[in-house]
Order: sequence, then structure tokens, then C-alpha cells
Amino acid sequence: MKAVMLATGAALGLLLAGCATTQKASAPSTPSAPPGPGAMAADEGAFRSTYKAWPGTATVIRNVTIFDGLGGRIDNGAVRFEAGKVVAVGQTVLETNATVIDGAGKWVTPGIIDIHSHLGNYPSPGVQAHSDGNEVTGPVRPEVWAVHAVWPQDPGFGRALAGGVTALHVLPGSANLFGGRGVTLKNVYGRTAQDMMMPDAPWSLKMACGENPKRVYGSRNQMPGSRMGNVAMMRQTWANARDYKARVASNKGAPIRRDLQLETLAAVLDGKILVQNHCYRADEMANVIQMSKEFGYKVTAFHHAVEAYKIADLLKAEGICAALWADWWGFKMESYDGIQENLPFVHASGACAITHSDDANGIQRLNQETAKALANGRRMGLQIRDEEAWQWVAINPARALGIADKVGSLEPGKQADVVLWNGNPLSVYSRPEKVWVDGALLYDSNDPKRRPVSDFELGQPGEGDRK
Amino acid sequence: MRGLVFALVLGAAALPALAQDRVAIVGGKVVTNAGAILEGGTVLLSDGVVVRVEPGSAAVPAGYRSVDARGKWVTPGIIAGISQIGVSEVNAVNEANDTEADRSPASAALMLDGAFNPSETSIPINRAEGVTAAIVAPSPGRTLYAGQGAIISLAAGATEPVRARAFQYVAYGEAGAQLAGGSRPAAWIELTNALEEAKRVQNNLAFPMRDQHRDLRVTREDAEALTLVLRGAQPLLVRVDRASDIRQVLKLPAMYPGLRLVLVSANEGWMVASEIARAQVPVITLGMDNLPGSFEALGSTMSNVGRLVAAGVTVALGTPDLDASFQPRLLPHYAGNMVAQARLPGAVGLSWEQAFAAITLAPAKIFGLGSQGSLKPGAAGDVVVWSGDPLELSTHPEHVFIRGVEQSLESRQTKLARRYLPGQPASDLPVEYRR
Repeated sequence: MKAVMLATGAALGLLLAGCATTQKASAPSTPSAPPGPGAMAADEGAFRSTYKAWPGTATVIRNVTIFDGLGGRIDNGAVRFEAGKVVAVGQTVLETNATVIDGAGKWVTPGIIDIHSHLGNYPSPGVQAHSDGNEVTGPVRPEVWAVHAVWPQDPGFGRALAGGVTALHVLPGSANLFGGRGVTLKNVYGRTAQDMMMPDAPWSLKMACGENPKRVYGSRNQMPGSRMGNVAMMRQTWANARDYKARVASNKGAPIRRDLQLETLAAVLDGKILVQNHCYRADEMANVIQMSKEFGYKVTAFHHAVEAYKIADLLKAEGICAALWADWWGFKMESYDGIQENLPFVHASGACAITHSDDANGIQRLNQETAKALANGRRMGLQIRDEEAWQWVAINPARALGIADKVGSLEPGKQADVVLWNGNPLSVYSRPEKVWVDGALLYDSNDPKRRPVSDFELGQPGEGDRK
Repeated sequence: MRGLVFALVLGAAALPALAQDRVAIVGGKVVTNAGAILEGGTVLLSDGVVVRVEPGSAAVPAGYRSVDARGKWVTPGIIAGISQIGVSEVNAVNEANDTEADRSPASAALMLDGAFNPSETSIPINRAEGVTAAIVAPSPGRTLYAGQGAIISLAAGATEPVRARAFQYVAYGEAGAQLAGGSRPAAWIELTNALEEAKRVQNNLAFPMRDQHRDLRVTREDAEALTLVLRGAQPLLVRVDRASDIRQVLKLPAMYPGLRLVLVSANEGWMVASEIARAQVPVITLGMDNLPGSFEALGSTMSNVGRLVAAGVTVALGTPDLDASFQPRLLPHYAGNMVAQARLPGAVGLSWEQAFAAITLAPAKIFGLGSQGSLKPGAAGDVVVWSGDPLELSTHPEHVFIRGVEQSLESRQTKLARRYLPGQPASDLPVEYRR
């Protein structure tokens, strides 16, 4: 297993680049721990999570097939969770003082994590007034934060929950080279976006290479108008960030004039913010990797990465995840070389594969996207087990979001984000029957009272309908 | 063997209507769409058509090549109820996309068949997933009339659409309103005014260019093209979602007797299902929308198809929207989702047979493709042998026959995949030499 050392890798990147930093990035000792609060960022306390888990009862699901999210499988197994945490997973578990659900013929998995969503930023209905995912006023906009435009009443959150999604990462769009900060949410409705934020999850920085930035700005006769311009602007921006970081360091703790753009970028250089980089083509991903070494930061995941299969060995060597669609191809030039085996090829090469949606419909069926890709890989002769492929929507996205110490698997101590499926989740005929987030039952296919209806949907055609 | 067939077909100049092969597909689970599913049946193909379908795996006549389908499923080929394959190599590359022409003075007159490119890479990709025919629609450009769509065969060697000028496609609702000047009333005027002009052409009245009181937006070619719609020689496909818009569009057949209306998308169709059924108007839709993605689709639900079918409406699944319009290969999975929907408390979906019919028999019925969509003597030899349940995510076609000719399952994608398959021995040449 590739064991992506995210935070450690960031520190390694600094060393490789010969970065003159003396500030030790507070590198956590475990690969999955998020960057902790450090000494530097002035925004450290801003817009913290106000999420509070909803109450649940101690619950045991027994006699089920379990995909544990780490690649393991237990037939006729059982899981117990209480006080919001998984407490036991095994062939049998303690059943006393708990609601016991017999899951004969059913499956249990950790909740699905979507690493690439625009829910809330591009909510339904998709009217212009709701178009808040791209700050298209300049190609370098690291100072904007997706969380500031998450509309918590997006009906898409509820649909995603019915699809078994318990956590998601909302990213700015890809119009800009530096799109801004992404945010990890628990998929639980709240009155504010902060109420939905996963506590202690690191921020990300959305970057984009390729066609989108050069098209958006080139068409305005602005830089970047080419892939050369893309890289030049990104490098200059990173140079500015290095400079800022040095100024902060040399000021020995005394305040300097805040610059929200550079503050975010400096936090990336410190390994505290994870880079999620939209990039389709293999050659461009390689360019980005070179750039990250030049300036001393780490790319955590390439998103969309339609050509990841061409450089799977490079991604493995660099410890970079590839967040992918199962089979989108051909809709634009840089997706022309898409194949239906991208996920299984990346996985079989020992790199970190992630099934992502980037889509309000696709997020509802990430299990099906995974199943298709898995089948396509098997057709090409790759031996990948069902439970192994489930990592693509479980521990792998958790690692790439720096939250693998909290979610992404069914292990004692993890947050009890649990899905009970009415059949094998890799079958087209299966659906989540119950979904728990932090141990609270927030979706029940059999109980209309356990299905969210967003404010927007009240009083509208089909309110509360079975969607 | 398959490669040989492929090469032969490529060499042929016309539609591969004459099969080179007599084939007996033996022992499979046969979905006929013309009666019960046969557990372990035999399908005989000759001269491009199905000549026999019977239970049991006995009696392969002499001269027939036998295909062992034991443990497999045998079905009619998938017909994409609506799609945009064969007319757009890369959607976002304007030069390679012929689906729309927003700077052309023509609209209803545009004939998509002139754009059909049998070498498009999406054709073998979709064919390898069991799609054997597709309804191909244009997108609206300058006006809400998008033009005339075509029906294509995905057979290798096809040079022309199976049916040119197969239907007229028009956008109503929000998109139509925007194209027509900003409101639904403007869209309705534009929609009906063009049909009125067509009526004048039909009645040999003076063309509006010489009529000071008529709107000049309709060109002669557009008006002439729409006479096919008035005569019922072409169905009129109207893209519409809101329940009230569907009601409005349902007025058209009464206003223009002979007009054959088909609704596309119809995401709020379930709210007016009985009216659609009473008007005997069929629907082509993706079936998967369940978000209030726009103000005209607030009532979207994956129960839409099930409710429409329950009300007696003929529903075909298709991929009308740009993001999926070149991927009708996913239709079996969408059909499978309709089956899954039926199993949810409070939801309405389809039975397996109904779901499969929605991607085979229903589009054949809507477009009058009489011999397609089922397996019975005389039916088109469009047959797929699947590794298992075709609606499942884990299965694939193992043999695809179109008009009795076995098709290659190769595509640009499979070639790329083979080139980069992990675990291949190192070479002393760059990967570009590997093929």
C-alpha cells in the first residue's frame, strides 16, 4: 500500500527543494493526522468549525458483510458504535445496551467521502445568482474561501446523504490557477456553513492547470493565455509566497501587514494547507510536480487527472493521490485520452486512487462509479477485490484530505460515519438503507422522518417526495 | 476472428445489411422483449436478421457458426433514445462539434445527417457497450428550433444514417424562452409562428418574405422543413420540463392535426402523467434527475419514469444533455437504477423487463423502428451477448452483432488502455511504439 505521507511528504518536499526555511512545519507523526495549529497563520482561528454531532444511540449491526474502508472485508460480521464513535468491528461484538439491527443480506461500509464537490458553491437550482464557485476576476485568487459561499440549504446535500456520502470536500472551481481554499464538511445540514465544517480538518488550496485558466483569461486578452502563461504565473506567485514567508520569519513574530493571498500560500509552504490540483494531462501534472519541488510544497492530489494512468508510477513515487471519474472522457480536448480503467490502473500501479464526483448527480452514486471502474479493470485482467476498491471512496480520500485519523474506515475510535446498504454496494440495484453520521441516524430509507428536506424545497413541487 | 470480420466490414462501402455470417447463439438467457425471458435459449441469425428464437440449446443447423452463450445473457441491442454521437468528436472543440450552429440563418432546416461521421471515436466506444443504434439530436442554436435529427446504426462500415431527417427537435421552457427573446410567451410565438409559416408553404400561399404583416424570422428553408412536422412525416421532439410547460406543449397536436409530439426530458412529467398518457404522447428522458436543478425542474425525481410508465406513457431512456449525450453506453446502468428505485419504499420505478424495454423496445416504438428492439423471427439482427445481467455495473458485452455481423469491440480507448496496462515488461523503446 502506498501509504501517502501527506504532512511528512510536505516536509520532505521542503528539504528536496533546498528551501531555506528553519521553521519546522509541525509535521505530525502519523501520516493521516491533519496539520495542527501552528505558530504562524494569522487566520488560524478564523472560521473554525461550529459543528456539533447529533445525538445517537449505541447501535450494533450484526450479520452483515463489512467493507472496512481499508481494503478489508468481514463476512457475517458486526459493528458497534456508540457516543459517536466506532467501538468494535469484528465477527461478533458486544450487543448489550444497544439497538441491534440484523443485517442479513446487507452490507456495511464507512460513509463515502467525496473529495471533489461543489455542493453549496454551485447549488441547486443552478441559477446565475447561485454561481459562487469561481472568483473569475483574476487567475490568482488564493485569498477566497469556498466556505464563504457554501449555501447550507443546497438540496444536493440531502441527496448525497441518501447516496451514503457522509463527508465531502467543497472546492472552488477551476477557472483560476489559484482558486482559493477548499473546506471539508460533514454532510449534515446546519444553518451556517460553519455548522457543517468537519472539526479540525485542514484547509485545502485549489489549483488548476490546463485549458480552463488559459481559456477564461486568454479570451479576455489577459495572462494566462497559454499553458506557458499558466506555469509562469503560478511560479511567480509561489516566488512571492516564499518572499512573504521569509519576511514573516525575519520579523520574529512581530506583526507585518497581512496579505490574505500570501497568507494562504505561506501556509501551504508550511504544509498546513493541502494542495488539491485540478489537472488532466500527464505532462502537465509532471510540470506541476516540478514546480512544487522548485518552491517547496507538496501536491496532495491531482483532481480529474484523466491521464493519471500514464504516470501512475510517478504519482506513486511522489505519494500523490489521483482523484478520478470512472469514465468521463472526450468532452474537452484535455479529456480526450480518458480510458475506463483509470482508477484500477492507478490502483494496480500502487498509487492512491480516489473516486470523485465533481457533480451533484454523480455524488449520489459514487458506489456505482467505483463499481464500473472496478469491472473495467477486471475486464483488462487486473485482480482487484470489491473491498479493496472501496478504499477509493473511503480511506484514500480521507488521507488526501488529512482526515484519515477521524474517518474513512470502520476502526475503533473513528467517527461513526456508517452506511447500511440494502445489498452489495457495488450493485446497481443497491441503495443505502440507513446512514449514520457521528453515530446519529440521519437517513433512513424506510422512515420519511429521517430524510432531510432543505428549506428551499419546502412548499415546492415534490416537497418531501421520494427522490 | 473478430478482427477479420471487422476488416471485412470496413472494406464494405455500404451499410452492412448483408451479413457475411450465419450465427447460432446457443444456451444463453434470452431477453426477447416479445414474451417471457428464455432460460437457456438459442437465437439464429442469418442474412442480417433473426430467423429463429427458441428455448433450449439443441439443433444448430448446418452452416451456422456457434457462439456459446451458456451463462450469458442474450438481448436485443441497446437503442439510445436520444444522444449526440456521430456528430461531435470533442464537445468543447468547436471545429469538431456539429451539434449546433448559432450563427447560421437556418434552424429547423438544418439536417444533422450531413454531419454524421462514422469514423467518430465515440461510435466504437458505445458499440462495445452494447449500443447498436442511436437517435441523434441537434442542439438549438440561433432559434429554439434545433433542426432535424437522424437515426444511426453503430455498425462498423456504416456510411449514412439509417434514417435522415428523422425528427425535428425544439427547445421549449427556460432554454426556449431565452432563445426566443426572453420569455415563455416569446417562445410560444416563435414555436407556433414557424408552424404557421409552414402551413402557408403547405397551402401554397405566398411566402412571408412578400407578406408585410408576417414575421420575417422564419426562412423559406425552415418553413419548408416544418411541413414534414405538420404532415406527421417527422415527429416533433420538444425539450420541456415544467409541468405547466408540458401542458402548454400538449396543446400542439390539437392545433396541428397530424403533428406527432414527443416530449424530451419532462422532469416534471409525473405531475401531469395522466394528461400525457391521455394525449398518447411518448417521453424520452434520462430518468436520473432528482434535484431541483432549475426552476423548471423543481419536482425532479427518479420516480418520474416509473410514474409515467404506470400511467400508461411510453418512455424511452436517452441522454439528452451535453454532459452525457455522447455516453449512451451508460443507459443500461440508468435502466438498472430504475429497477433499484422500484425497491425503495415510497418510490416508483420499473420492473427489470420494463427497464430493459425502455432502452430497446420503447425507442424502437417511438421512432417506428419496427424490426428493432426485440428478438423474434424477422427482427433486425442487432444482438448483444453479455457476460451477465446487462443492467448491472459489473457486466460487459462479449459479442455485439449488428444486422447479423459481429462487430469489433476495439476502440481508441481499449488501445490506449492496452498500451498503458500496468505490469507490462519494460521495453527498449518509448511507449509510443507499443501497439
